[in-house]
Amino acid sequence: METLERIVAEHPFFKGLESNYAELLTGCASNVRFSAGKYICKEGEEANQFYLIRGGKVALQIFAPQSDPLTVETLEEGDVLGWSWLVPPYIWNFHARAIQETRAIALDGKCLRAKCEQNHDLGYEVLKRFSQLMVRRLHATRFQLLDVYASR
Amino acid sequence: MTRGKKNENEPRLLPSSKLACLFEALTRRDYDVIGPTVRDNAIVLDRLQSPEQLPIGLEDEQSPGHYRLNQRQQDVYFGFTVGPQSWKKYFLPAESRLWSAERRNASFHILNNDSPPRRHLALVGVRSCDLAAIAIQDRVLMQDRYIDPVYVSRRQGAFIVVVQCTHAAATCFCASLHSAPTAKAGFDLSLTELLQPGDQHSFVVRAGSPRGAELLAELETEPATPGDLQQESDAIETARREQVRTIDLNGLKELVDKKFDDDCWDKITARCLTCGNCTMACPTCFCSTVEDTSDLSGTTVERWRHWDSCFTLSFSYIHGGSVRTSAKARYRQWLTHKLVYWVDQFGTPGCVGCGRCITWCPVGIDLTEAVRAIQEGKDNGNA
Amino acid sequence: MPAAESMPSAQAVRVVTDPLLPQSYVVKRAERETPDTFSLVLHPQGHADGNAFLPGQFSMVSVYGVGELPISISGDPVQQKNLVYTVRSVGKATHALVSRKIGEEVGVRGPFGRGWPLDLAHGKDVVIIAGGIGLAPLRPVIYQVLQHRDLYGRLVVLYGARSPREVLYRSELKTWARHRETQFLITVDYGGLNWHGHVGVVTTLLKYARLQPSRSIAMICGPEIMMRFVTRDLEAQGVRREDIYVSMERNMKCGVGFCGHCQYGPHFICKDGPVFCYEHIRPLLDKYEL
Repeated sequence: METLERIVAEHPFFKGLESNYAELLTGCASNVRFSAGKYICKEGEEANQFYLIRGGKVALQIFAPQSDPLTVETLEEGDVLGWSWLVPPYIWNFHARAIQETRAIALDGKCLRAKCEQNHDLGYEVLKRFSQLMVRRLHATRFQLLDVYASR
Repeated sequence: MTRGKKNENEPRLLPSSKLACLFEALTRRDYDVIGPTVRDNAIVLDRLQSPEQLPIGLEDEQSPGHYRLNQRQQDVYFGFTVGPQSWKKYFLPAESRLWSAERRNASFHILNNDSPPRRHLALVGVRSCDLAAIAIQDRVLMQDRYIDPVYVSRRQGAFIVVVQCTHAAATCFCASLHSAPTAKAGFDLSLTELLQPGDQHSFVVRAGSPRGAELLAELETEPATPGDLQQESDAIETARREQVRTIDLNGLKELVDKKFDDDCWDKITARCLTCGNCTMACPTCFCSTVEDTSDLSGTTVERWRHWDSCFTLSFSYIHGGSVRTSAKARYRQWLTHKLVYWVDQFGTPGCVGCGRCITWCPVGIDLTEAVRAIQEGKDNGNA
Repeated sequence: MPAAESMPSAQAVRVVTDPLLPQSYVVKRAERETPDTFSLVLHPQGHADGNAFLPGQFSMVSVYGVGELPISISGDPVQQKNLVYTVRSVGKATHALVSRKIGEEVGVRGPFGRGWPLDLAHGKDVVIIAGGIGLAPLRPVIYQVLQHRDLYGRLVVLYGARSPREVLYRSELKTWARHRETQFLITVDYGGLNWHGHVGVVTTLLKYARLQPSRSIAMICGPEIMMRFVTRDLEAQGVRREDIYVSMERNMKCGVGFCGHCQYGPHFICKDGPVFCYEHIRPLLDKYEL
């Protein structure tokens, strides 16, 4: 049976993390499962967690007036959901909805924030990974904005 | 009539009074004779019936954006260099119909191809630079992956009479490109005009092909003396020596790549109007565009080809916009293609140093100066 | 259409075939793929051959009296009965072309150009990344690989479309994923209401692709911006530049190297391309207004 620590350490996002950090992180981690259709979080709610997706599919959505929710992006196995726990005011900016049965590791952001404050080396490792994730997401979003397939 | 036929390649001397015999011999062989003549204060190319229609006694004064014809003291036949037109107007016409088709019921039948002229052309008065330009266009349109039938039908069988330059215009720079002033190969006859005291002058004539030799044998000539040949050599040397402009293509390929975004281009093209005169006057520019037309009922359709220029905004248009919108980008494309990319594509530069682009640019942009501006600073350790 | 032989001297030129004359083709079928894109199936009229082509090649297609344009051949290269083109209506000539009715005649010249390096891909994984209508010039590769499955390793197809309405070859796509050792992933930039698939740009599919970078040949087609993003990410994944191929596009008036319009640096896209090895054109891609 896989231990939680193994799962956290082997998730692509935390690849290369020292084992004592993996242990620290595991202290904030738990196994979660969302059935298809369930909202994992909603825009405006307090962002105290982030998720390492192990399987399934999650849609990042925005509600617009007079419309059903619009999917901005979908995340699958290996992706990370949520970084609002890292930056004040720690509020979710999107809805996240499981569109298939989704398994994930939930990490307690509040708990992890405290641990990073105490241990700056851990904090640096976490921030290094999140900043790479954000840059990749930013590039992808800019590319999406360009609407390259539209006819001119 | 046929005298001294022992050595076909021996240079002969033709008195200028017998120049008409050359025209007659060509006409007898059913050629359409094309040569330089004066019209609208410029030397243009047109059909000629006799040597009297040549620009006798005229010389040209050329500089950036400037062209004048002046009267010379002597009535030489070929005292000028090159005018605004080049021989490409005959081989690669400014407008040609590629094909026409007629609708019969639901389908179209291609009626005919382009119809080439009935008679072969005889070009009289081709300068060595223009001869090199013809060879360059031959390489592009007949010796690459595909053959252009329009070019071939007009080029094939053309009789070329080169007249080597005995002086240079201020805009000439063929010598630094080694394309001229001596005509090397690809002609049927070559003439060099020699001035002699009084009204008499002669032409040193050489055959460059079997049919050139055959025609030469019909003309009243005498063997050229060593003195004549020395005079000819001196005259051509004068044409080389008189050139004040030079161009150096060494290392240009690396430089244009390195300096693609350099502001030297802005300086060079500050005045450029993208008018495209340079491409029209240039003897090697070959770009074209195509237009499909139909009559009102849609029964008869035609496809026409016209000269085009990379200086037009629409030249690089693809869905949504043009790739090269700035004047700088378009000039850079023209220069880089002519002097650098052409070598990758066809083995030689596309420029022959005729100087037309300099003379006929309305704002006087000088290609040789442009190259110098790009090369500037390379010795400051910036290379 | 075989290339004409080249002759050394001006006086002995023989034109083998006329590269400027269209051959007659009749519209046999027209399928609407998206609101503005149609696939036309053309059959030769009055002549037997001319349907052989290599994946990646294009034809110059004429609507008589209107105009002529370069269109990639998007059909099956293994059969030789017809020619298929997927055309998006963006201007006068494309609009005229997609408006052709069954039985109407068009003119075709070609095929021209250098196609995808299928011979170099023998024994390797074939990775196809298409954006928008860029899937059309790549579809012949997919046909070729699926019909000669043993010659190639894995087949990975990553396809990005603007929205679900703009997905090409909808019914066919489903069949591709069913082949062995074949992975087909699709994403859209804008999901809309009823799309339950992946949403995001095509580069986001790369991380889900089962890629073996050292034994892959990648073939990419789509808008230039998309190709730049994709090649960058492919390289980051470890695919070598010399194993990446892209299809470039420029204005074309003749398709045979005479009109000069399609030049891209020293290359004629009609003769030296449209398919290029990324290694060779990478320095050109960065040059603005080239």
